[in-house]
Amino acid sequence: MSVATTTVPGHAGEHHGEHHPAGILRWLTTTNHKDIGTMYLTFALTMFFVGGAMILAVRAELWQPGLQLMKPEFFNQLIGIHALVMIFAALMPAATGFANWQIPLMIGAPDMALPRVNNWGFWLLPPAAILLTLPFTLALFGIGDGALATGWTFYAPLSVQGGLGVDFAIFAVHILGVSSILGSINIIVTIFNMRAPGMTMMKLPLFAWGWLITAFLLIATIPVLAGAVTMLLTDRHFGTHFFDAAGGGDPILFQHLFWFFGHPEVYILLLPVWGLMPHVLATFSRKPIYGYKAQVYGFIGIGVLSVIVWAHHFFTVGMPVPALIYFMFSTMAISLPLAVLFFCWIATMWKGAMSFETPMLFATGFIVLFGIAGLTGLVLADVAADAQYHHSYFVVAHFHYALFAGGIMGVMTGVYYWLPKWTGHMYDEKLGKWHFWLTVVSFNLTFIPQFFLGLAGMPRRIPDYALQFTEFNMISTVAAFILGLSQLLFAYNIWKCVKGGPKASDKVWEGAEGLEWQLPSPPPYHSWETQPVVK
Amino acid sequence: MTSSHAPLVKRLLLLVAGAFAFAFALVPLYNVLCEATGFNGKTAGQGTAKSGVIRDGFGIGGLTVGAAVATPAPSQIDRSRTVAVEFTGTVMPGLPWEMRPLTVSLDTHPGEMQQVRYLVRNTSSRPVTAQAIPSVTPGQAAQHFDKIECFCFSQQSLAPGESKEMPLTFIVKPDIDKDIRHITLSYAFFSIDGQREALTAKPEAKQ
Repeated sequence: MSVATTTVPGHAGEHHGEHHPAGILRWLTTTNHKDIGTMYLTFALTMFFVGGAMILAVRAELWQPGLQLMKPEFFNQLIGIHALVMIFAALMPAATGFANWQIPLMIGAPDMALPRVNNWGFWLLPPAAILLTLPFTLALFGIGDGALATGWTFYAPLSVQGGLGVDFAIFAVHILGVSSILGSINIIVTIFNMRAPGMTMMKLPLFAWGWLITAFLLIATIPVLAGAVTMLLTDRHFGTHFFDAAGGGDPILFQHLFWFFGHPEVYILLLPVWGLMPHVLATFSRKPIYGYKAQVYGFIGIGVLSVIVWAHHFFTVGMPVPALIYFMFSTMAISLPLAVLFFCWIATMWKGAMSFETPMLFATGFIVLFGIAGLTGLVLADVAADAQYHHSYFVVAHFHYALFAGGIMGVMTGVYYWLPKWTGHMYDEKLGKWHFWLTVVSFNLTFIPQFFLGLAGMPRRIPDYALQFTEFNMISTVAAFILGLSQLLFAYNIWKCVKGGPKASDKVWEGAEGLEWQLPSPPPYHSWETQPVVK
Repeated sequence: MTSSHAPLVKRLLLLVAGAFAFAFALVPLYNVLCEATGFNGKTAGQGTAKSGVIRDGFGIGGLTVGAAVATPAPSQIDRSRTVAVEFTGTVMPGLPWEMRPLTVSLDTHPGEMQQVRYLVRNTSSRPVTAQAIPSVTPGQAAQHFDKIECFCFSQQSLAPGESKEMPLTFIVKPDIDKDIRHITLSYAFFSIDGQREALTAKPEAKQ
């Protein structure tokens, strides 16, 4: 197996040449994991800017108290669609794009296990994104009353009563869910069935492990979300009373169903990044990954714990004390496996011959900022303290430390780390460093004031605020615009790298380890047709 | 290639179907849990008249809840303590009614039977049918709050402009936690006919 290079006769042309339809047809019909990965990542980057533009409009409105730019209804639509776009159309597709590009390269597989399903998984995304954002446009022409205005959580009874936008969002979530499930099944089957000979599960790269847990979480929880929004749909149009108290239903039930999905979703977004981090840290510390097994068990532990802690998102709803205590302690228990991961990341860097290229900058920035997310999360997990912080800007700041610093900056780490491998060109290091420092400084300037605002009692999701919050909101708005504009550097750097640049070596990074670095940069259209043997 | 993946794909699809079914299974599970624990302020006696469902002595984890319908026994009146009960009510959007409690609050001994009335008026020029949904705060008190007679047991109809005093007879059961000295009973009146349609179709402010 290790030396055999023969291919199946009759399939030679199809497998070896880069014979594919030209133009748009190539992308519509492609089943190649690299093409699909590229499409996922391009889509994610596009939607990242769409979601970013929405929230900059929100920040502009929050520049000073009072209503200046928009009506509260439109403000409500922007915050909800911002969240849905960033979570479902930016962060999740970015992680799936990484999985498509990297998992076959890293485990020595010729492609994903189910290439046609893979194509479907991607092409469901653009229609879903259009469904999410179309109501904005329709409202301009007087049809309906705009997009979903309930916030991304769809809480009943508001969502039962809302306008057309809720229906659009429900169908968008259905389609996004189907896409995620198809992607997850594909990744699980690829990892289980197509690893290179000799690659046991405990030799699997950590990135693949992180994605494996993510895929299982998606399969277990996305259907619950789909069920919840289906109930919402039938409540709205078909006379059921799942969440309608008048018919014996209960709106609180919706919160349970939503967060049964919603909390694991956080780890769905973060686990691929946690899987990627050890690779980057080991590469630029020129040391092997510390605590491989501990990290694998950490991933599994967090995956299991993540589905039993959901009610900490609504401690204030009125729960019996034993339930509050259970959810408080189970939530806090997640910090234990997470602390193991932090320990392993730092130990990987410990006494290493570190160099700080852009991916390493982002990785270290990730550790510090994601640490803040974890610590503020512990504060929120405390039932007694949560009564004050609930639904305040403290929560907004907390989850942006988790999902921007932990999620998006993790994705940026991966992009800078793997882009030379994918394109065969080095990105502009100087631009990359500028991008990092601008991002990290403006990010902190955006969200640290929001911690203070939350502690002072500013509620989230409100377009107006009390006068004494003005200064912090102004700082936050200015920094948010810097943060948003610096991302143009990121897009430009990627564009420049795709178009050309210094030739990247096969290994790219001096300390890089793993199968993907044995392939040329860029890897051929069909790679690992002969699977490597792992010893 | 694909055929060798088929068994695993099938198992994963089963998992997806199972998770989807689980979402719907959570609905009855949640209701059972709420009835057993008084979670969410679902009061005892509420489901009795409406659906005829009585969960006699439903037990979960050593916690047994007695039959929802309790018979008041005067001997059980615990005169050593009093519980303050407050009454409020809301009319949900889409229902052209007004409501207010005629007794805003009263002090009662656990085990004592009390009667209060709500004044409800139809402000529209058409007959309207509505349903009141009760809720008790704190949630722990809910399962010890027994309604003997309540206008929330059935749908209420009012002619155009009609006012009606609607009675409520209740007992706070003596086994209520001694730490609970204050209970709020709140009613939400929902329109039965076309409430949601009216709301969904109503054109909201345009951007």
